Parts: sequence; structure tokens; C-alpha cells
Amino acid sequence: MIRFLVKGLLRDRSRSLFPLLTVAIGVSLVVLMDNYLRGATDAMFQATANFVCGHLRVTTRAYARAGADATNELALLGLDEVTAGLRRDFPDVTWTPRIRFGGLIDVPDSAGMTRVQSPAAGLAVDLSEGSPELKILRLAKSLAAGRLPSAPGEVLLSDDFARRLGVGPGDKVTLISSTMNGSMAVQNFILSGTVRFGVSAMDRGALLADIGDAQQALDMGDAAGEVLGFLPGEGYDDRPATRLAAQYNAAHPGGDEFAPEMATMRTASGLGSMFDLMGAASALILAVFVTAMGIVLWNAGLMGSLRRYGEIGIRLAIGEDKGAVYRSLLAEAFLVGLAGSAIGTVIGLGISYYLQEVGLNISGMIPNATVVIDDVLRARIAPGSIFIGFLPGLLATFVGAAISGLGVLKRQTAVLAKEFSG
Amino acid sequence: MNAIGGIVLLLLGADLPDGSAVLANLDANSGSTNKIVVSEMTIHGRRESRTIGAKSWIQGESQSFTEYLSPPREAGTKMLKLGDELWTYSPSSDRIIKISGHMLRQSVMGSDLSYDDMMEDRKLGDVYDAEVTGEDSVLERPCWVLTLTASVPDVAYYSREIWVDQTRHIVLKENRYGKSGKLLKTAEVLETKHLSGRWVATRAVFKDALKSGDGTEFSIESIEFDAEIPDYIFSKAALKE
Repeated sequence: MIRFLVKGLLRDRSRSLFPLLTVAIGVSLVVLMDNYLRGATDAMFQATANFVCGHLRVTTRAYARAGADATNELALLGLDEVTAGLRRDFPDVTWTPRIRFGGLIDVPDSAGMTRVQSPAAGLAVDLSEGSPELKILRLAKSLAAGRLPSAPGEVLLSDDFARRLGVGPGDKVTLISSTMNGSMAVQNFILSGTVRFGVSAMDRGALLADIGDAQQALDMGDAAGEVLGFLPGEGYDDRPATRLAAQYNAAHPGGDEFAPEMATMRTASGLGSMFDLMGAASALILAVFVTAMGIVLWNAGLMGSLRRYGEIGIRLAIGEDKGAVYRSLLAEAFLVGLAGSAIGTVIGLGISYYLQEVGLNISGMIPNATVVIDDVLRARIAPGSIFIGFLPGLLATFVGAAISGLGVLKRQTAVLAKEFSG
Repeated sequence: MNAIGGIVLLLLGADLPDGSAVLANLDANSGSTNKIVVSEMTIHGRRESRTIGAKSWIQGESQSFTEYLSPPREAGTKMLKLGDELWTYSPSSDRIIKISGHMLRQSVMGSDLSYDDMMEDRKLGDVYDAEVTGEDSVLERPCWVLTLTASVPDVAYYSREIWVDQTRHIVLKENRYGKSGKLLKTAEVLETKHLSGRWVATRAVFKDALKSGDGTEFSIESIEFDAEIPDYIFSKAALKE
């Protein structure tokens, strides 16, 4: 029976090709949309992770409570021990210490007196060769002039900031900041290069220093404000992050306000409600899209059955049982839905995989972007991607055929001759 | 002043002195002459306490030069105040930097005092209107309680509440407020001494109300009034010496 139906479908292209194409295109679009929305959300949050809080963040409890007002007085001490413990207990996570500091950049004139001064937002990371920060902050790609720091005492400034100060690679700048004890810290640096992050907050007035230099300048030997953790893979996944944070915090109970504490990106970034909102918005967009595609596919099923009104009439007229005709319609719809959904899923996953691994570079379309955005569009395939289009594709085609096929049962054999004579 | 004291004072119709007169006496007592002060500042931070030693040369109301003596990381750092301008010299960078703008609101060496506090040199009577609001006792000394309200716009604190010793004419306690009425800073004198014919607060605790920690204890180790101070001290060249 199945073989007979398959043969019929293959030989009569009008019965199979159009419905198959409709189902395949619809399903592939649903799969692609699902993966693209996931990828776009990932990209948005990844920029926050890279520049702000990582996927996981270890700080002192007091530093975490202080939020945006946290100062380095509340920094983690015994950094080497904390980092070694993290690398030992969570080897799959990339751990990297950072220090954030505010201050002024003072540019001297030829007499050594202040020529120009401007507030700066400082970020100190490991800039040594092979450091994961080079990739996380995309430093080589962001370099606008000069080179990355290669010797102690060298720093990077954001390109706009350097222009405003009238300095370039090779010039001397002085950082005026506070040590972790609150004393004034004054330190000379050589500007090795300038960077353009494409993040307005950083491009306005950022200073990027090696963490060793910052520790020395800010009197923070073996201390850092935070240790960031990046989960393997590209995106942030709240479930494993929450599990790791709970595991770490359970292993470090008690202690005072300066004891280490691990937080997930969801809590550390203060974007918890944004995560929920983005999740709900993505689900809503996807639901609308799946429903629309379901209606299209259902309509295709209806059209297919109605188009075969005459053929079904003849089959009934020559004595074929109504139930058998209905069942064959359903079986055909099932086969078309199955094949179309499978093809659509494969195509959707294929394009999604390309976007996930290679991406689509749109940097030419956003040359002056000032928001936290990745200039490569990416998708992310999740286990659910296999079913997100497949099931609606199969069901909509089947249900469409089932409803339209009900007409078969209502037709009276006695009036068929009259129908055909007309 | 406690509430009962205030009510009794009100019922008895006791005469309170004129605020301007109390302020004038206070300003006259604290009026600066040339002096050399060796002091210690113990900053009780959230994590630990640190003590910073300094020597200051002060001339009149508007010129001062301070060299930090200890701990080693701070030793050699110098500050020069000339009128309303402030420079600092850091030996590690060998740079003379002018402190201006929002930097003036920053803490000095992590203490509860800001550069603005350090820069304050005008007599209180010149920048505040004073009203005596009652009597109280601080360090077992009878004090007038004064409420000061800024009479000029360019002051760091819009209003202050000060406790002035009725006979020694020194401030023994102080609360400083912003324009919104928010308490920003407190000061409490712990010890006074009679030196060279005037009463001087030799130990006091300053507390930034917006900061955690237990405040900054400031103590005067030695003070030399009417000292001979060479003019070159108050020059930028002296910062690098």
C-alpha cells in the first residue's frame, strides 16, 4: 500500500512536488529562524560577557553586593590561589582575572606639566602572549593604530579617546587613579597603540593595561577585582553556569564579606529580566512564525485535497470505499509531510550550521556602529532545532489533509453521476 | 543638645548669643599664622587600618606645602596649595600634576577627607550665615550649637551644624550637609590642647557618611606656631626637591 502511494506521488508531480516544496521551504524557514534568533540573542549577550562580566564571575561578596559602585578596596586577595583553584576545579572553563579602575589620563607637555587631562575608564587584563583575553576582547582585530603592548609599562587607549587627547603610539601618558587602599596612584605609561572596540562606552575613554602593570600601579599585588570565567563553546548557557556557581559557592561556605563568591552572567550583569524578556520575545516571534507556517502548510494540504475533487469522485463512483479513500489521502499527506519536513529540517540545519561555524559578515553594513554588536551574524543550533520545524510541518500537512478529506465522507455516491454529467 | 534641654531653654527664654559673634570668635581663634605641623592620619578602612605621616608648612590662610613621610609607598609624595590651586608631586612618576575639577572631590590618600576639604581656607563667617540653635555638651565642655547656611554659592557643603566650645572658641563636633539635607561628613574632636596661647584640637575623627569604614583619625604630633618658613617652599620647584 505504502509502495503504491509513494509510486503515485512520484509519478504525479502535481500531487507531490508543490506540497513537498511548500512543506520543505516552510520547515527550513522555521528551523533557520529558531537558530538565528538563538544566535542573535547569544551575540548580544556575548558582547556583555566579553566586555563586562564573563559567563561566570568570581569576586568578593562585598564587591558583588556593591554592584556598579564596587571599588578595588573590595578586591579579591590571594589571586593566584583563587585562580589556581578555579582552574583545577573547573578545567573546562577559561578563567581570567581583571581589574577595573577609574582615573584621569594626564598628558604632559614638553616641560612635563599637564597639557591635557581627561577622565578614563581603565580595564586591566592579561595581555601576555597566548592569553585568552586577546581573543575574548578581539584585540588584534580592534587595533586601530600601533601595536598591542609587548613590554611592561605599555598601554592601549581607545582610538577616539587618544585623538581627543592628541596622543599617538609612542607618546607618554600618566594615569592618575587610586590604589586599592584609596591612596593616589600616579603612574607613567607608554601608549603602544589605539583600539576601536565598537562599543561606545569603551570607545569614549578606555585605557587597557596589562594586569601586572595595573597591580603595580594600584598597589594590588596578588589581587584583582574579579576573575571571569568563559564557558566552552560560543554562547552563554544559564543551566550549566548556575550549576557551576552553586557548586563553587557550596564549596566556599562561611567566611566574611571578603570571601570569594561566584555569580552567573545572569545575576552579575543585572540583565536577568533582559534574559527573560529576550527569551519570551524569541518564543513569541517563533510561535507566530510557526503558526503562520502551519496555516500555510495546512492550506496547502486543503488545496491538494480539493484539487483532487474529481479524482476522488471517480474513485468513489467505481466503488472504492470512502474510508479507504480517506485513509489513502491521510497516508499521502503523511508521506509528503514526512519527506518535506525532513528535507526542510536538513536545509534549515545546513544553513544554520554555516551561520554557526562561518557566520555572515555584515561589517560593511554597520561601519559606524556604536552599540555592543557583533559584526558577524551567527546562528546557534540546539537539540530542539530538529523538532521545531519538523513536527509542525508534519502535523500541519496531515491535519490539513484530514480536514479537507472529511468532504470525502460527506459525498453521496448517488449524486456522483450527476456531478460528472454537469 | 538634647530635646529636654532645648525645651527648658525655650521655656526659660534664655538668651542665645548672636551666631555671627560666635563665628567671629571661632574664626579669630583658628585664624592661621605661619606654622609647621607634623601629623599622622590613621585611616580605618573596611579591610585594614593604615597610618600616614606628613609634615606641613602653612603660611597664612591660602598657602601650604605638605610632604608625606610614611609609609614607604607614600613617602616623598608632596602637595602644594596656592590659593585655590592644588598640585601634587609623585616621585614614582616624577610628575607634577594639578588637581582640579572632579578630582578635588576625591579622597586624600584614601582618607575620609577630600581635596576640597583640604582646600578650604576661607573663614566660616565669610561664607556662612550662622544661627545659634541651642546648647550642648561635648567632651564635657559647654558648647553652642550653630547651624550654618551657605551665603555664597561656591562652598563644598551647603549647611553645617557645629558645636563650638563656649569659652575656648574651637569646634568640638561637626556635621556637614549637602543642599538636599543629606549628611555628607562628620567630625568629632577627641582631644584638645592649649598650645602657644590658643586651644587646638589635636586629635579628631573625620567620617565620610557616604563611605564604609570607621573614619579617619587625624592627630597632630607637633605644631610650631609663627615658624620661619622660606618663600621657596611655596613654589612648584620645591615639589621636585
